[in-house]
Order: sequence, then structure tokens, then C-alpha cells
Amino acid sequence: MSDLPLLSIVTFLPTFGALLLMAARWASPGSNPGLDRGAKYLALAFTCATLVLTLYALAQFNPASADFQLVENRQWASWLQYHLGVDGISMALIVLTAALMPICILASWSIEKQVASYMTLFLILETTLIGVFASMDIVLFYVFFEGGLIPMFILIGVWGGARRIYAAFKFFLYTLLGSILMLVALVAMANTAKTTSIPDLMAFHFSPTLQYWCWLAFFASFAVKMPMWPVHTWLPDAHVEAPTAGSVVLAAILLKLGGYGFLRFSLPMFPDASHYFTPLIFALSVIAIIYTSLVAFRQTDIKKLIAYSSVAHMGFVTMGIFAGTMQGLQGAMFQMLSHGVISGALFLCVGVVYDRMHTREIAFYGGLVNRMPVYAAVLMLFTLGNVGLPGTSGFPGEILTMLGTFHVNPWVAAGACTGVILSAAYALTLYRKVALGTITNPKLETITDLDGREWVMFVPLIIAALWMGLAPAATLNFTKPAIERVAVQYGTAP
Amino acid sequence: MTTHLLYSLSWTQPECLLAAAALILAVLGAYLGDRAAGFLAWMAALVILVAGVLAIHFQAPAPQQVFSGAMVIDSFGAFVKALMAFAAAAALLLASDHFSGSTDKRFEFAVLALLSTLGFFVMASANNLMTLYIGLELQSLAAYVLAAFRRDDAKSSEAGLKYFVLGALSSGILLYGASLVYGFTGSLAFDHIAQNASSGNVGVIFGLVFLICGLAFKMSAAPFHMWTPDVYEGAPTPVTALFASAPKVAAVALLIRLLYEPFGDLLQSWRQVIVALSVLSLAVGTFAALVQTDIKRLMAYSSIANMGFVLMGMAAGGQAGVAAALMYLAFYVPATLGAFAIILAMRSGGTRMEKISDLAGLAARRPWMAFVLTAVFFSLTGIPPLAGFFGKFYVFQAALNAGLWPLVVFGALATVVGAGYYLWIIKTVWFDQPGPVFDRASGTIIAVAAVMTALTFPVLVAGLGSVEAWAKAAAAPF
Repeated sequence: MSDLPLLSIVTFLPTFGALLLMAARWASPGSNPGLDRGAKYLALAFTCATLVLTLYALAQFNPASADFQLVENRQWASWLQYHLGVDGISMALIVLTAALMPICILASWSIEKQVASYMTLFLILETTLIGVFASMDIVLFYVFFEGGLIPMFILIGVWGGARRIYAAFKFFLYTLLGSILMLVALVAMANTAKTTSIPDLMAFHFSPTLQYWCWLAFFASFAVKMPMWPVHTWLPDAHVEAPTAGSVVLAAILLKLGGYGFLRFSLPMFPDASHYFTPLIFALSVIAIIYTSLVAFRQTDIKKLIAYSSVAHMGFVTMGIFAGTMQGLQGAMFQMLSHGVISGALFLCVGVVYDRMHTREIAFYGGLVNRMPVYAAVLMLFTLGNVGLPGTSGFPGEILTMLGTFHVNPWVAAGACTGVILSAAYALTLYRKVALGTITNPKLETITDLDGREWVMFVPLIIAALWMGLAPAATLNFTKPAIERVAVQYGTAP
Repeated sequence: MTTHLLYSLSWTQPECLLAAAALILAVLGAYLGDRAAGFLAWMAALVILVAGVLAIHFQAPAPQQVFSGAMVIDSFGAFVKALMAFAAAAALLLASDHFSGSTDKRFEFAVLALLSTLGFFVMASANNLMTLYIGLELQSLAAYVLAAFRRDDAKSSEAGLKYFVLGALSSGILLYGASLVYGFTGSLAFDHIAQNASSGNVGVIFGLVFLICGLAFKMSAAPFHMWTPDVYEGAPTPVTALFASAPKVAAVALLIRLLYEPFGDLLQSWRQVIVALSVLSLAVGTFAALVQTDIKRLMAYSSIANMGFVLMGMAAGGQAGVAAALMYLAFYVPATLGAFAIILAMRSGGTRMEKISDLAGLAARRPWMAFVLTAVFFSLTGIPPLAGFFGKFYVFQAALNAGLWPLVVFGALATVVGAGYYLWIIKTVWFDQPGPVFDRASGTIIAVAAVMTALTFPVLVAGLGSVEAWAKAAAAPF
């Protein structure tokens, strides 16, 4: 292990870029086209550098061990520690975050309003997201977890669509309500265990009563983040109104905070309560899978449809996690990573046509395959991935969560199965309406296929979706030791 | 305990300095006239800062009783004095900038600010009921005049009068309480009261409740908050900045001293009162703020809600509760002053603007102002990583340890409601179409805003360990 505080560097490098941007903004007030262009390149450079360093950290990481690695620990206040470290679960999610961020910056190339501020906020957002996964202190975790709300709120509110203000407020207040209750629980836990270190809290055995209350408080926060039915209603609004890159970050990374929280806190720290509340989670998951799939089917807005499909797919994640079996947990973890790639790519696909036509109405489109063959092929791939076609990354996660749940509760697994069918129905219908057929809308006659920048965005995602689908063992082995530890702590050994 | 006068004076150098400076500046002002107002304000700010530094410097290892036990010099006093000196100096600098060039440029401002700060210092060191009242009145009388400082302005005069009448009423309540306590315990000194009050005599408890009511008025905790919005709105903005910071700290410090020293054994009795004040302040502060259009009124309600959190820390009791309340104040003061610095910068073509809607689209016009407002208001909301979050964290921690979980849950929910109006400002600043273009802000405003923002994030957050250690040391005497 090197002496370099690698995780700190990875976490705060984007913020450093943001500070540079702010300084540049200060130095040249007023609107400045040169600054705007420079801001884009600077943000791209910093996100790429973060990715490179993350990959370096990945190389230092030993995936065979379940221990927390690359640990940094400094005293912050009497209890609080600046304590960073990663295991297989968090490392995988950090790599996902770092890899998606440059793509998000590329997807934001068409932004024209207050570019420097936009890029500054995006870089700060990246810091908070990486920080959440790297935190080994529960208060530090909360700081990053909640801190991400600030840039996201402003990103949605300034650069979003028509109902952006409503969506931004709904997003912020919903998430705040959930997480403030988690804060109360977190303080209660720290008071009881006299520590805020996550590994120590995992080892501490809380009394069942405290477990129930804390579990519910954490559930309030993670269920909103996830989002689970019935507190999912902020998601379609936020997704629809956010700029493309904002939607990508929301779907690909922010939603994973909920699942990560369940894996990191609820299961290992409150095993009794998790057992106790499993039926609740199962019920909510199945409702989410079936209900939101049906809702997705009736959407007229492409982004909204994909947003609802995200809720359905997150239903598989919660179901798999609370099945508590090795398959269920591994499947849930895989599903989170895969959903990060696929839903991110789908929102990028929407962004591509939105940039050209400035509408997301399904009815507006049709027959895109005639003018945009490459785009149609890319969209096809990710639509099939969303459906869970074997060979794409969508398949292993769904099948594993269902297998894992089947051992615990066959009826729940059966209910979830119908979700797979429904997802095929709405996703393929969407594809048919948008891409297939003949062009009926004259405005689409001049639409152009993917350009070089968009190619660069999609190629890594295509590779990731296929690689995870065709060789899932690599990813599964990577997360296995850490997931095994969670399973053991939960009380169901593999 | 020695009664030697020189000994007492040597421990109270900050107070002596403030008193002497107030007299000297008054004489200087009388000779130099109003054109020296700016110079005198700077001098006064400097003196106040020096007094704050002296207060830290003369920190006794063990509490020292001076002037025959009328005052006590300890680490608690040092902490709050330093905080109040910092706030008062910043407000004074803002005021000197604000009044320069206006017809209200008068030298008395510096003198009054100094006297008021002296009052804060005496309050923070009070060790018997007489000192308590003297400090409080010294501070209040200076504050009444400051509120009405813009003599030709009807609103300012109204604010001064309102503050005076209601303040006098609260002083009366406080005195009545003090007389009851004196009658039932036979002493004004805190340590004697402590010996005699532990029995929980009904008369003493009555007196205590009246004392709490009087102090709750000064710290504008609901239901004694009615004056706050009107005075905040009517008083000149830098005076409002002062009201929102230092006097609150002083009143909180005094209340802590009173509750923990003479009435420490009656914790179970006064806790109910403090919890009720906390709940009401949180409710009134957050819900009433939702409908405000004037930013100064909004800050008034925001301060009421914030006092609710401070009271939550006090209700927790024990050293942890005191430390939490002090830390909350230390994080609250820079955020509030930063907000007021920007409110002072809200001028377009020389006219003052005070509507929230005037901030529309600030992010596009003056990004630095938008940045400051974003930082301070998210800090007041209590969103990490800004300092305000850690204040809430420590308060919640102390209160949960004391078993006050319903109060904590209520506070958490109030935070969400409060977020609604703080976010509304952020929304106005960032999302709305650009409104009026503000004039270039003066160097003083920029400097104060920069310092306050830097404290809000990242200085106090990175130095959280030091702040905590300091607050714990300050809570040690209790």
C-alpha cells in the first residue's frame, strides 16, 4: 500500500477543479465565450484525471480481501474521524461514478447558460458522490450524502426544463425529509456505541428496539433515495426536468446511494430489524416492480418512461438485498452496477434526440432508424439491456435476484418475474414507436446521426454493457468478498 | 476569594477597556463631530476585537470570582465574549460602511455599540442577580437607541419605540422574578441561591420561570418573539445584523449561567419550560418565515427558529448541552452576519432593496454574492458540509443523550420546513430571471462577507475539532 492518500485525492480532485473554475470566473467577470469553452475542457480534464486516478486506485486494490483497503484515518473532532476506505462494494461504485462523470461532461457540451457555474457544480457533485462511497465514518458519510443535494438542487433548478423549480424543490425536500430522520438515528447509534466508525458500528450489537427505530429511520432515507414505491414520485419529476447529464447522474449514481445504504448500514448493523421488516420490503418491491412497470407503459414522455422503469429495476435491487442470500445480494449489487450503465446510456440516448429536436414526446418521433441507423442500433442494445436480455448486463442481475429470492419466498420471486415481462412490453413498445416504422413527422427528415462526441460517449458504455453481460464473473468475483461479509453479518452464511 | 479592587480590575480588563474606550470616544466624538464617525467606528471595532482577545487571554484555569462575587471570570465567559466581540466588531464595520455618506452618519453609533458590547460582556460574566440586571439593561438601553438610529425614518423610530416598550415590560417581568427568587432564597448571589433553591420551593420556581421569560424575550424565543420581526425590519440593517448576533449570544450565555449555576439542581423543573420554548420557537420560526417577502423579516423568523435549536441544546442539560449550544451559536453567528453583509449590498442605483424578490437572478449578475448567499443559507438550513450542520449535529447528540428524542424529531422536521424558505431564497438567487443590477459592493462588505463565508465553509468545518475542544472547555465550569 502506498503512502499517498489516494482516496482523498480521488475524492477532492474534482473540487480542486471547481475551485480553479471559480477563480477563473472571479478573474473574468461577465459573460465570456472563452471562459465557457475553457470551463468545458477543464471539467473534462479533471473528470478524466479523476478516472485515471480511480483506475490506479483500483490497481492497488486487492479484490480477494473483504477488508477495507486504502484506509486513511485522521482525527476530526472528539468522535468524528476523517476516515476513508473502500471494499469491493464501494470500489465498484466509485469506479462507476468516476467512469460516468467524463461522459456526463461530454453530454453537457451543448449547455450554453452559465457554463462555468454548471461545470463547477458538476465537479462538486462528483466529489460528494465519490466521498459517499469512500466514507468509513458515518457522519462523514452523511456529510457527503446530504452535501450532494446542494449541487443537484441548483443543477436541476437552473438548467432544467419547464417545471424545473417544482422538480428541484420536490427533489430536495423529499430527500431532506428522509435523510434528516436518518441523521437522528445516526446520532442515536453514535451515542449508544460511542463511535462513528462504520466498521466499529458493524461490529456493535444494537438492542432490538433501537434496531427497529433506526432501521425505520434509515429506511426513510434510503427508500426515498432508491426510490421505492410509494415515495418514488419525486423521481419522474426530477428526471424529466433535469438536464441530460443531471438525469444520467441521478439514475446511474444517486439512486445507488439507497442500495448502497441498505448494504452498508441496514443489513450489517440492524440484522434483527432487517429480518423483521423483510416482508415489508418484499411487498413494496413487488408493488414497485409491477405497478411502476404498468405506469411506465402509459407514459408519453420518453424520459418519464425510463424514470419509471428505473423505479421498477430498483425494486429488483431491494428485493435481492433483503432476500439476504448470497445470490440475492450479489444479484442486487450487479443490478445496481448494470443499471448504472444502462439507464445512464438510455438517458444519454434521450439527450441525443432532445438536443436535436428539443422535445421528448414519444409521439413526435418515429422511424428514426431511417435517418439515424447507428443511433437506432445503440438504442436497441440498451433497450434490450433494460429488458434484461441474456448477453447484456441487465440479465445476470435480474436472474440472480430472482433466484436468491426464490429460496426465501417463491411468491415474491414469481411476482417479480412478471416485471420482466412487463419491462419487455414497455421498453420494446417505446423502441418501436421511436425508432421503427417510417418517418411521419416532416421535422425528422433532417435529423442527423451520432457525431464524434456522441460516439465517444457511447462506446465505453456499450463495451461495459456487453462485457458485464457476457463475462459477469469478473464483476461478481470482485464484489464477492465484501458481499459475503454482509451476508455473514446478516446471519445467512452462503 | 479576595475583594481587592485591583485584583478584580486585573481580571476584568476587557470590560474596563470597553468602558474606558466608550468614554474616550464619546469625548473625541464631541470634539471632532460627526465627520469623524467613520474613524470612531473603526476605532471602536478595533477596541472590541482587542477586548475579545483579552477575554481569551485572561482565561483563568479555575473560575475567578471578582468584585466580591458579583462577576465570575471563567472559560465559559471567554468563549462567549470572544464570539460576541467578533460579531459586534463585524456589525460595527458594516455600520460604518452603511452610514458613511448618509445623513445618519453620527459618531454616537460607535459609542453606543461599545456600551452595548460592554453590556454583553457583563452579562456573560454575571454571578449574581444584580450584575445580571445591570448588564442586561446596559445592553438593552444602548440597543433601543440603536434601533431608532435613523431618526427621520418612521419605521426606525417605530422599531426603537416598540423595542423599548416591550423590552421594558420584559425587564419588569425579569425583575419580578428576581425579587421572588431573592425573597425565597434570601440572596442575590448565584452560589447562595444554589444552596437554598435545591429544595424546589414553589416560590423559587415561580421566580425562575419569570426570569426565564424575561431572558427569552431578549433572545427572542417564542412566545416572546413578537417584537423581533418589526424591530428587525425597522432598524437600520447593520443594527439588525448586530441584533441578530451578539445580543442573542449574550442572552443565551446569561440564561445558561442562570439555569446551570443557581438552579442546576432544578433541571427537571426548568427543562419543561425550555423544551416548551424550544418547540414553540421552532414552530413559529419556521412556519411564519414561509410567508415573508421582506428579507429582514425573514431573517427575524430565521433567528427565532435558530434560537429553538440553541434552546434544545440547553434543555439537554449537562456540559454536553452547554457545549452543543455554544457550538451552535458559533456556527450560527458567521452565517447570519454573512447574510446581512449581502443584504447591505442590496442596493441598486443608490436605493436600498429589502425584498426577497429583489435578489432575482443574482447568480447571473453577481456570482460572488450568490455564492455567499448559497453558503450561508444552506448553513442556516443545516445542510452539510457547511458549518450549520455540525451545530445541529451536536445539539441533536446532546438532546438525544438526555432522552429528549421527541424534541429532536420535532427539530428534524422543523429543519425540513425551514429548508422550504431558505431554499426559496436560493431559488430566487439562482433560478429566477435576472432582476435589478446591484451596485458594486464596498470593500468592507466584501471583506466581511468573505470572512463569514470562509468561516462557514471550510474553516470551522476543518477546524471542527478545535471548536469542539474549545466549547467543551467553555462548558467545563458547569
